[in-house]
Amino acid sequence: MTECVECGAEVSLHDDLEVGEIIDCTTCGAELEVVDTEPPVLEQAPELEEDWGE
Amino acid sequence: MNVGILYSRIRKDEKLLLTELRERDHEITKIDVRKQTFDISEVPTEFADLDIVVDRCLATSRSLYATQFFEAYGIPVVNSHETADICADKVKNSLALEKAGVPTPATKVAFTKETAMEAIEDFGYPCVLKPVVGSWGRLMAKIDSESAAEAILEHKATLGHYEHKVFYIQEFVEKPGRDIRVLAVDGEPIAAMVRSSDHWITNAAKGAETDVFDLDDEALDLVEKASDAVGGGLLGVDLMETSDSYTVHEVNHTVEFKALDEAVETDVAGTVVDWLEAKAEAADPDLEVTA
Repeated sequence: MTECVECGAEVSLHDDLEVGEIIDCTTCGAELEVVDTEPPVLEQAPELEEDWGE
Repeated sequence: MNVGILYSRIRKDEKLLLTELRERDHEITKIDVRKQTFDISEVPTEFADLDIVVDRCLATSRSLYATQFFEAYGIPVVNSHETADICADKVKNSLALEKAGVPTPATKVAFTKETAMEAIEDFGYPCVLKPVVGSWGRLMAKIDSESAAEAILEHKATLGHYEHKVFYIQEFVEKPGRDIRVLAVDGEPIAAMVRSSDHWITNAAKGAETDVFDLDDEALDLVEKASDAVGGGLLGVDLMETSDSYTVHEVNHTVEFKALDEAVETDVAGTVVDWLEAKAEAADPDLEVTA
């Protein structure tokens, strides 16, 4: 568990957390980026850019 | 082997790859492209031991530059800059497919609203207007009427980045409510799926339903040709079924495969890593690709 940086709600995290992964806050819907795993640290994820894709 | 994963976001696709690489005890160097600087003459020390780099950049612009740097450093990168450069731009993509004799939708490019309107009128309605750079079905317009065409062109010319003033206009292909995504390595399919939707855009990113698809000989041949046309690599080749054949509408160079992985029985990540090992070994025959 860690805290959503947007709304402060608790965010549950899965075991194979990866730096760079995006987690959705189930309370406010914010997209949160994992910037560290030991211990878990979340930041607001970047907004979608026009050239993103595959 | 030491595999560099160039990324800015770890999606499920990257997690599948990372898991497979770790299970095989490969060393992994995660390279967050947002935190990296690239010197034109000095190879960054953290890259010195890399045997191969996999470009998984989410941003096309970063992918195009980063791949050039890795090639300049003499580090094998998949996909190559050549492949990224062709696939990142729909105009280059269409030209490459056409040149290779791969059936692809009729396409015209125009640089002003007036000439774009002429091209649209030539195709008739409906036709399709796409951004030259973009993905996931975003900013695509199916144009059903002259008034809609005028409005869309006006908006693109006024509000858009300069790339939106390159008008990429394409015939509307009457597909049977689905298209086909083939994941291939150097032209050899790993697996394929259909993406079905009631919407005219059938991207998985737009919520299309997916199911496994068996490729016939004609489709296999087109996938190989389309891959060759863009320089090969780990690619997502998109085809639409026509009345008697297929048409290839694009080839994607930082292909997502999580939807395919869920749709098919094939070990997608495992097959991709098999291919990566072979690429790294081909680049350095002395390399021990197994741990």
